[in-house]
Amino acid sequence: MSDSSVTAGGAVADAHHEHPPYQRHHFESVDQQFDATNFAMWLFLLTEIMFFGGLFTAYLIMRNWYYPAFVEASHQLNIGWGTANTGVLIVSSFTMAMGVWSAEMRKKGLLILFLSLTFILGLAFLGIKSIEYSEKWEKHHVPGLNWSDASFLNPASDPEVHKLYPQDKPLAPDMASKTEMYFFLYFAMTGMHALHMIIGISILGFMLVRARAGAYTTGHVTYVENFGLYWHFVDIVWIFLFPLLYLISRY
Amino acid sequence: MDHISPVLWQFLVKWLTHFALFPPEASKIAPEMDALYFFMALVSLVGLTLVILLVLGFSILYNKNRHPKAIQIEGSTILEATWTIIPLGLFLIMFVWGALLYFRIYTPPANAMNIYVVGKQWMWKVEHPGGQHEINALHVPTGRAVQLTLISQDVFHSFSIPAFRVKREAIPGRYSTVWFEATTPGTYHLFCTQYCGTNHSQMIGDVVVMTPDDFKKWLDGSTSGNSLAQDGERLFASLSCNACHNTRPDARGPSLANVYDSRLTLSTGETVTADDAYLRQAILNPSQHTIQGYAPIMPTYQGQVSEEGVIALVEYIKNLDSDYRVQQTLNTTDLVPEGQAGKAPTAGQKPAAQKGVKP
Amino acid sequence: MSAATIINLPDQSTARIPKMNFLTKENGLLSWLLTGDHKRIATLYLISITFFFFIGGALAGLIRLELLTPQTDLMAADTYNKVFTMHGVIMVFFFLVPSVPATIGNFLIPMMVGARDLALPKVNLLSWYLYVIAGCMAIYTMAAGGVDTGWTFTTPLSTHYLNTHVISTGLAIFVAGFSSIFTGLNFIVTIHKMRCPGMTWFRLPLFVWSNYAASILMVLGTPVLAITLVLVVLERSLHIGVFDPAYGGDPILFQHLFWFYSHPAVYIMILPGMGVISEVVSTFSRKRVFGYTAVAFSSVAIAVFGFFVWAHHMFIMGISNYAALVFSLLTMLVAVPSAIKIFNWAFTLYKGSITFETPMLYAFGFMGLFTIGGMTGVFLGATGTDIHLTETYFIVAHFHFVMVGGMLMAFLSGIHFWWPKWTGRMYPEKISQLAAIVTFIGFNFTFFPQFILGTLGMPRRYAAYPPEFQALNVFSTAGATILGVGYLLPILYLTWSLKYGEIAGNNPWQATGLEWQTQSPPLTENFPVIPIMDHEAYDYDWLEKQEQKEVASVG
Repeated sequence: MSDSSVTAGGAVADAHHEHPPYQRHHFESVDQQFDATNFAMWLFLLTEIMFFGGLFTAYLIMRNWYYPAFVEASHQLNIGWGTANTGVLIVSSFTMAMGVWSAEMRKKGLLILFLSLTFILGLAFLGIKSIEYSEKWEKHHVPGLNWSDASFLNPASDPEVHKLYPQDKPLAPDMASKTEMYFFLYFAMTGMHALHMIIGISILGFMLVRARAGAYTTGHVTYVENFGLYWHFVDIVWIFLFPLLYLISRY
Repeated sequence: MDHISPVLWQFLVKWLTHFALFPPEASKIAPEMDALYFFMALVSLVGLTLVILLVLGFSILYNKNRHPKAIQIEGSTILEATWTIIPLGLFLIMFVWGALLYFRIYTPPANAMNIYVVGKQWMWKVEHPGGQHEINALHVPTGRAVQLTLISQDVFHSFSIPAFRVKREAIPGRYSTVWFEATTPGTYHLFCTQYCGTNHSQMIGDVVVMTPDDFKKWLDGSTSGNSLAQDGERLFASLSCNACHNTRPDARGPSLANVYDSRLTLSTGETVTADDAYLRQAILNPSQHTIQGYAPIMPTYQGQVSEEGVIALVEYIKNLDSDYRVQQTLNTTDLVPEGQAGKAPTAGQKPAAQKGVKP
Repeated sequence: MSAATIINLPDQSTARIPKMNFLTKENGLLSWLLTGDHKRIATLYLISITFFFFIGGALAGLIRLELLTPQTDLMAADTYNKVFTMHGVIMVFFFLVPSVPATIGNFLIPMMVGARDLALPKVNLLSWYLYVIAGCMAIYTMAAGGVDTGWTFTTPLSTHYLNTHVISTGLAIFVAGFSSIFTGLNFIVTIHKMRCPGMTWFRLPLFVWSNYAASILMVLGTPVLAITLVLVVLERSLHIGVFDPAYGGDPILFQHLFWFYSHPAVYIMILPGMGVISEVVSTFSRKRVFGYTAVAFSSVAIAVFGFFVWAHHMFIMGISNYAALVFSLLTMLVAVPSAIKIFNWAFTLYKGSITFETPMLYAFGFMGLFTIGGMTGVFLGATGTDIHLTETYFIVAHFHFVMVGGMLMAFLSGIHFWWPKWTGRMYPEKISQLAAIVTFIGFNFTFFPQFILGTLGMPRRYAAYPPEFQALNVFSTAGATILGVGYLLPILYLTWSLKYGEIAGNNPWQATGLEWQTQSPPLTENFPVIPIMDHEAYDYDWLEKQEQKEVASVG
C-alpha cells in the first residue's frame, strides 16, 4: 500500500530521468530550480539588509548625538581613496553583470574574462582599504588598540588633514572622546563590508576554476546569476557606507 | 470550633493570615493597581473557564463513542467576529486603564518631595535633601507625595517597592523618576529587580513608612550635619566652579542664580528646561550643552565627580533661588584670592544655623 | 474515558517496516553526516536538541534545588547566576527556537507541500552543522566556567562589568542564529516555489502556514540579534562602546536592538507549536479545523504584529511615556490572533468525533496552559500592571506557561503524533498518556505558584529571598520533580519503541495530509511520483473515499 494512493488523482509523468545533469533531483524542472534558488538568494540578501541595518541604526543615532565629533573624525578619511573604491566597485558590478550576460550567451571566454576582471577589481578594493586601514593605524586612530585623541584636541598637530580642513576647531575633551566612537563604527561597518567582499572574492575564485571547466556555459546560469546578485548587494552596501562615513559635512 | 483540633486550627489561622496573595497595600496607588489586577484576573478566569468548558464539554458531548461521525463545518464568520471583538475590547479596556495608571506613576506631581537614590553594585544609597544618608533603606512619611530621582553608578538596577506597587529602573548615565504617596506606617521590602551581577539578591532593604511626626524626628536624628545642598556648595567651591559661574558681569560662565527649571537657549538654538537631567549633563558633557552666547570652554567633570557629587551639586543649584543665597555663595571668590579658591572657603562664613533646604 | 480510539494498525503478525526507507537507504556514518535528505537532517536535529534539552533541564533542576531554601546555600551566588544564565541560553537558543521547525518542520514540510526535499538541501545540512558548532561553543563556555550575564546580556553589565565567558557565548548564539536563518530561508523558498501541482496556498496544512510565519520572523529578526552580539563582542574586547554611557554610548540602544529580535523570537518559538496543535486537534476530532482561513491569517498576523511590540520589555526602563503607550496598544493587538486560534481549535471539537490519544492530551494541555500564559501576557502588556509585575516571578511564570506549558507540550504532541511516520513504529499508548498527565500536573505545581510569588514581589534571578516566600518555592520545586519525571518517561518509552513498538503502517491515525499517504518510514525521495493535490486540506470525506478504494482494490 505504499504509493498507489498518491497517484489516484492522476500521475505526473515522471521526468525523473530526463533532466539535464545540473538539475538537482529534488526539483521537478530546471525552471523550478532556477526560480527557487533565485528567490532564496533574494531572501538571503534581505537578511543581510537586516544585518547591516542594526549597524546603520547604531551609527545614525551616534552621529545625531555627537555630530561635531563625527564631522571632524570623518575628515580623517581620504575622499580620494573612498571615491576610488566607489569607482572600483561600480565598475566591478558592471563586469559582474557582463559576466552573467556571457554565461547566458554561453561565451566561455568572455565569462572567464569578466569574472577575472571582477576578481581583480575586488582585490583592488581590498588593497585600497588596507592602505586606508594602515594609515589609521599609523595615525593612532584604531579604537581600543592604539587610540589617541590628539588629532582632534589639537587639529594643528595633524598638518595634512588640517590643510584640507582649516575650519576644524579643536574639540572639547568630552566631545573629542566621541571620535573614538566614530572610528569604532567605521571599522565595524567597513570591516563587516570587507568581510563580505572577502567571501565574495573567494567564491569568485572558486567560480573561475569551475567556469574554465565549462560548468556555467551550458545554459545553467543559476550559480553565476545568484552570485551576481550577492556581488551587487555588497556594492550597494558600499554605496550607502561611502556617503555616510566619508561625506558627512558635504551635502 | 471544638471539633477542629487546636493544632490544625493554629495551622489554618497561620496559613490564612500569612498566606497572602498580594503584598500589603501601602501607597495610594496600590489599591488602584490591585483593582486593575483583580479585573484582569477575573477576565482571565472567565476566559479560561470558557475555554475549559468548551474543550471539556465538546470532548464529552462529541466523544467518538457518543458521536461516531464528525460533521464537517467550515467556520462561522459571526463567531470569528465575536471572539475577535470581545477579547480586543477587553484588552483595550485593560490598555486604557493600565495606561492611566502608568502615566500617574511616572508623572510626579510638582509638589512632591524629592529623594535621590543612587544604585551601585550592590547597594542602594538614598540621599535625603536634608543631608540624611541611608544605605539599603528608605524612610518616608505618610500623606506626602514623594518623588525618587534614581540613577545608577554602574549597571542597570531596578528599585522596586512591591507594597507601593512602584518600580523603576536606575539607569547608568541618566536620571529616572517615580513617585508615590505612602499611606500605612510599617516596614516593607525594597528589592533590586534588574539582574546586576554577583550580589543581585543581596541588594535588598527596607522601606520604613512613618507618620509625619515620627518622620520629622527621624530626620532630625539622622542628619549628617550638612544638607545635600551644603555638600554641593562645598563641592562647588572645591572644584572652583565659581571661577566662571559667578554673578560678575565679565563672568566666563552663565550665572546659576535661579537657573533651576528655567528655560535656556543652547548654542545650537534649541531651548531646554534646566531640570536635573540637564544640569547633570551640563556638568558631565558640557560641550554639548553650551548656552548661547558663551564659549564652549567648560571642562568636563566626568570621572572627577561621583553620582552623589553630581546630586549634591544639582541640589545646591536648585537652591540658588534667593538673592541672599546667591550673594553668599556665588561670590565667595571675591573674598578669597583666585589661587586659593579651592580651600573650602565656605567654612566659617555662614551662620551655623543656616540649613540648605526644608525637608 | 472510554477506550475509543482511531488508531488503525496493520495486522502485527504480517506487518513489516518497509525494507526501503530513508533510514535504510544508505548506511554508514558518512551517509548521515553528509546527507542532503531533509528527514535524516531532521533526525540529526532531534538527537541534538534532545541532548541540549536535558542539559538545560538539569540546570533548571539545580535552580529549583537552590530555591528550596531562602539562603544561598547550595551554591555560591556567582554559580547560581551562571546556572540560570546557561539555562536560559540553552533553552531559548538551543532548544526552543529550533525545536519544532528544525525537527518536525524539516521532516514534514517537503512532504506536506508535495515535494521531494527542501529547496536547498545542502543549506539545510549546513544549518545543522552550524547548530552543532554553536552547541560545542556553548558547551565549551560551560566547561570553561560559564557565563553569568542572564540570557538577555544586559549592557553595560555584560560588556564591562563581568569577567566570565561572554564573548564565547555571544559567538555561540551568533552561529546558532545563522542556523536558524538558514532553516527559515529554506522553508520560505520551499513553500513558495515547490508546492506540488494543485497545492494552492489555501490547501496547505495549517502546520505549513505556522512554520511559514515563523520563518519570516527567523529570516528578518535574527540578523539584528547577530549584529547586536557582534557589537557586544567588539565592545567587550576593545573597551569602547556604543552601549556604555561611560564611553558616550547608550545602554538603552542595546535594549532596543536586543528586543527587536528577542520579541519576534518568542513568536518563532510558539508559532510552529501552534501549527502542530492545528494538525492534532483536527485529526483527533476527525474534522477540518474550524475557520481555516482565520487560523492561517492569524499566524501571519502574529508574525507581522510581532515585529512592532518589542519595547513592551522596556516599559520601566526609561522610555518615554508616549512610546510606552504605543507599544502597549500594539501588544494588545498582537494578543488577539492567539485568542482567535484558541477558540477556533475549541470549536473544531464541536460536532467532531473525539478521541484522547496522547497527542490529543498534550494538545488539550497546550490549550489550557497557553490560555493562562497568554492572558498573563496581557497583564504585562498593560503598562500600569507591568510596573508592579515586571522583573518578578510573574514574568518567569508567564513565559514558562507559554513556552513550556505551550510550546514544549506542542512539541511533545507533535513528536508523538508523527513518531509512527518517522520511525514506522507506534509508541506505547498507556504509558505515554500517563506521562502526558504527569507532565501537566507537574507543570501546574511548578509554575502556578510562581504567579503568586511574582505578585507578592519576589524578584527574578534571585539566589536568596525573604523567608516568607519559602513555602511557595518549596511547592514549586516539588512540582518540578514531578515535571522531571514527566519529561524522562518519553525518552525511555520512545527509545524502547524503536525496537519493540508495534508496526504503524502508513496511516495509523487515519489522518489527512500528504505525509500520511506515504509509507512509514518514508522513502528518501518521499513520493515515488509527485502527487497532484486535488482536494482541500483536512478533507476527511476524501480520505474516506481513499480507504474505500483501497479496500475495493485489495479485494
